[in-house]
This record gives sequence, structure tokens and C-alpha cells, in this order.
Amino acid sequence: MTEKVLEIRDLHVTFDTPSGPLEAVRGVDLDVSSGELLGVVGESGSGKSVTFLATMGLLPARARVTGSVILAGEQLIGASAKQLRSVRGRLLSMIFQDPLSALNPVHRIGDQISEMLRSHQNLSARDAEKRAIELLDIVGIPQPGDRARQYPHEFSGGMRQRVVIAIAIANNPKVLIADEPTTALDVTVQAQILEVIERVQERFGTAVVLITHDLGVIARVADRVNVMYAGRNVEQGTIDSLFDHPSHPYTRGLLASLPRPGKQRLKPITGFPPNMLNPPSGCAFHTRCEFAADICKEDLPDLVSFGDLETACVRARELPKSESFS
Amino acid sequence: MLRYILRRLAWSIPTLLIVTFLVYLALRIGTDPVASYKRVNPRATRAKVAEYIDVNGLDPNFVQGYFKWLKNFVTGEWPRSIKGRREVWPALKDAMANTLRLGTAATVVGIFFGLIAGVLAALRPGGKRDVFINTSAFVGISVPPFISAIMFQLLFAVYWQKWFGESLFPTSGVYPAGHTGFDLFLMLKFMALPTLVVAIQIIATYSRYMRSSLLDVLNSDYMRTARSKGISERRVLVKHGMRNALIPVVTIAALDVGSIVGGLIITENIFSYPGMGLYFLKSFGEGDFPLLMPWMVVIVASVLFFNLIADISYAWLDPRIRLD
Repeated sequence: MTEKVLEIRDLHVTFDTPSGPLEAVRGVDLDVSSGELLGVVGESGSGKSVTFLATMGLLPARARVTGSVILAGEQLIGASAKQLRSVRGRLLSMIFQDPLSALNPVHRIGDQISEMLRSHQNLSARDAEKRAIELLDIVGIPQPGDRARQYPHEFSGGMRQRVVIAIAIANNPKVLIADEPTTALDVTVQAQILEVIERVQERFGTAVVLITHDLGVIARVADRVNVMYAGRNVEQGTIDSLFDHPSHPYTRGLLASLPRPGKQRLKPITGFPPNMLNPPSGCAFHTRCEFAADICKEDLPDLVSFGDLETACVRARELPKSESFS
Repeated sequence: MLRYILRRLAWSIPTLLIVTFLVYLALRIGTDPVASYKRVNPRATRAKVAEYIDVNGLDPNFVQGYFKWLKNFVTGEWPRSIKGRREVWPALKDAMANTLRLGTAATVVGIFFGLIAGVLAALRPGGKRDVFINTSAFVGISVPPFISAIMFQLLFAVYWQKWFGESLFPTSGVYPAGHTGFDLFLMLKFMALPTLVVAIQIIATYSRYMRSSLLDVLNSDYMRTARSKGISERRVLVKHGMRNALIPVVTIAALDVGSIVGGLIITENIFSYPGMGLYFLKSFGEGDFPLLMPWMVVIVASVLFFNLIADISYAWLDPRIRLD
């Protein structure tokens, strides 16, 4: 296996809320290897965004984060604000969900990219501007020289997301976190944005973490997948093995709920996502799982190797083999 | 931009005409300028009264009368005040200068400290500092100037004199009686209390504006983007936060300044400060039409002018706004 650039171990994130502590991330282990594209899927509230906001050190101060996040040999949990700042934007950067609000409306596009460049590299204003224009060209913005002098409101949503990507890759980071980068966009534009991300990944060898709830997107671009439920990983593996024979009941449910040609009705997962203020005991999925047994209510399962997947289900070996979704 | 400004200035002429006509109507209908003249000058001859009606455009026909007044006003043939036949312009000019001095001092002090207080409050919403600033702001807004003014007069003049033998700040006027010439230090001493009264109101209001505006901005996505770049928190706040948070505040400030020219009627009255507010109270009390009309023109013009300033500053701060 290739070199690991990002290692998350036993990450916990707790928010103090008026109704008591809410543990949004409950012991996540996750590795990202250099140059790979890791998909992270899960429904809203599964803790996928919070995991990576914690990695970036971008959570509000009232969030309590414990565990270990090692990026290129540097421990980020408990690091000083200064240390974190030096990592953010240089080794690790992030693309956000809504490109319409992610750019500052009162600064020129070129300046917003230059700011990223100059905060980590010793560049003159002119060189930074030149490099910013190159970056706009790389992410596929026509007439980058003119566009750099414009303001965000003069760009369409898809074009703005390209700008956000240009900012994120400006310092050639080791890991690029894309938090639902296509959710706010038109379907046709979505495909273009994914292409840009793939192109960047190939050209610069950047490891990409693609957070999404869209399994279609994952199937198209990811090398490996990590499925999250109720603040924990429930399954991870290569894209082929996961789609070919998913093992965890939640993954099976997700894949079975996808629309496919020839399928008349969608098959949803019954029930609702758990209330994270008071999550179910044991495996959080047992309340909705068709294979649940008494043991599921007691043990909080960890990821264990199962075939070419890693699965957090105590009954993984007993379950019937799933149909293939590939 | 220049074309926009010129067009707005051109448009302000019909606006001024319409508003002054309405003011003229209001004064004609709401007061009786001719009766006021006769009351102040009981021994005026019939010819004097006729002359007064003629120079002020007080014809029975309002439209005709208004245009007569307008012609005299524009050509500089301003009628004299009904009491003592004083010239209007020198009195109006002094009142404007005094109010501008007081208004500018109070606005600069008020907005400066108001913005600082607002930023400090917004940085830790719900914290002790925020609660303290918020509570003080509410007290500042709730205490009307006629209460705070009198309390300051009592404290800094009356009681101060009792305790220390000499009052700290004078309580009325611009200079001591009989003073002639310019004396900056003396003037500042006389301005201190009225400035404080007005500034407290402005600090209280603007700390609230700035707090809510900055809170909105701090929660926006582009602040997170800025933070994700790894730039210093200070730079995130100043370059990305303040610039956006100031857009609405500057616009309100420009409009507020426009209305301050109308005088700080209550404060000026309590401190016998001879500004636009006191000028208005006196001339309105006597029904002095020749004094009132030019005052109104100045007020309307300043409101129009600062509206324009507000729009220009808005476009200058926010690239999404285009003036054309």
C-alpha cells in the first residue's frame, strides 16, 4: 500500500448543547493514502462533515475534540493555533458545499486566490496574481486574466465552485477535503466539477476526500469508500468490493435504495436516523436493521476485516451474502 | 459614477422645490405668519404689514405666494426677521456652525466607540463582555437626553462645585457671557457636556448595529473559507469580517448625520447651545416665518445630500451595488 498522508484514530467530537452533550463523532478511524480518492458517505447527521471540520481545526470553540489526527507526521489534535494555521491551506485544504456563499463578496476573485498563496509562500503581489490566473486556467475558467479582476457575484455557481477549488489547491496541498462540493449545483455542472477534482488529483497527486451522500458520485470517481452512520465508520473498502458485495446491513440498505434501471419501486431503509443526543446502545443501526439480534444492542462493534472489506457488524459472518450492485 | 452623482444632484432640485412647497403650505396652514407679525409688532402700520406680506410671499393664493417667496429666496432678497428686523443669514450661519461642531464631535466620538463596543460584543456573543456592553447599550438608549443632560449638569457643575469648589464643565452656551474671539480650549470645555449626552446615544445605538451586523458576517460561509486558508484570526476578522459588517452601518451613519444637521433640539435647549435646534425652537415659538423658511431649506438640502453620500458609500463598499 502507498504512504498514508492522513491518519485519524479514535476521533471523538462532542458539542455542548442546551439539551446536553451531543457526541456527533464517536470514535472514527480513517486513513487516507497519498494520491487516492476516498469517498465518505453517510446521511445527514452521520458526522462525516464534522469529522473533517475537526481535522481542519475549523469547529467552533464549544466543540470538544479528542483522539488523534496525524497529517504527514504532524499531530493536529491539541496543536497550537499557530501550528494549525500553518497546516491549513498548505498541507490540508477544503472545498465547501455552497459555492454561492463560500467566497467573500467584496473582494476580487484574483485577490482571494492570491491571499491563499501569499499566506504560505513568499511571493510578491505580482507573482501571486500571475499564479492566481494560472490556477483559474487549471480549474477551467475561460479568460482567467479578466475573470481574476471580477467579483464573485459576476460568476455562476459552477464557476464559483471552480474558484473555490482553485483557492484550495493553490499551495498544492497533500490532502484536499471536498465537503459535498456538488450538492448545491445543477446535475450537468456537478459532472464538470467532479471532472475538475479528478483532474487536479491526477495532475498534482493530491489525495482527495470526497464527502457526499450521493452514492452515484462515489461510484463514478472514488477509489475507496468509507461509510459512516451515527458518528462511526460502519464499513470501508475499495469501491469495487463495496458495490460488489456490501456486507454491513446499512451499506446494503443504502445501495438497495438507489434507483436502478428495471427497478419499479425504490426500497428505503425503514425508520429514522437516530437522535444523537441519545443514541441507541450497541450498534446504533440495530433499531433499523433487518438482521438485528439481541447481541447488537450490547456491543459497540469495531471495524474488522471481512473478505476484502472492513465491517463494523458483529453478525457480518452470519449474514446471507448480499446481491451485487456493481 | 460621476454621471450618477450629477443626475442625483439634478434630481434634488425638483425634490427641494416640492418639499419646500409642502413646508410653505404647512407653515401657512398650521401657523398664521401675518398674525404673528402683527402680534410682535403691534404698532406696525397697514403699509408695513402689506410690505411684510409682499416680501415673504404670503399672498392669499398659496401657489402664487410660494413662487414669490421662491424668487426672493433664490435672488438673495431674504426678508428680515419679524422681531428686531434681524438679518436671517448671519443667524442661520452661526446656528449651522455651532450644530455642525457639536454634531461632528458627538458623531465621531460616538461612532468610534460604538463600533469598538459592537465588535467587542460580537466576538464572544453571550459572554460576560457581551452582556455588559448590551446592558449598557440598552441603558444608554433608554435614558432620554433630557434626563442624562440634567444629571450631567448636576454632577459636573452643581455637585462638583459643592465638592471641589469649582465646576468641572460649564452647563450652557458656547463661551462665557461677554467673551469675544476664538478660544479652542474654552470652546471644548463648553462643548463637553452636550457632546457627551449626544455621544452616549450614538455609542449605544451603533454598538447594537455593529454587533448584529458583525454577528451575521461571522456566521457566514466565507469566514470559514477565509479561516481554512490558514491566515491569522486578526486578518480574517479585519479583512473579511469588518469590511462586510461595515456596509450596512456606514449607510445608516450617513443618513443619521444628515438628520443631525436639523439640530439636536432637546440637547441644545437644555444646554442653551445656540445651534439649529435652538434656532428652530425660538423662531417657531414666535412664528417667525422669515427665519423658519431658510432653516427648512437647509434641513431638506442636508438630508438629500447625506442620502446621496449614503448611496455612494454603499456602492463604494459593496461591489454588488452598481450606481447607474
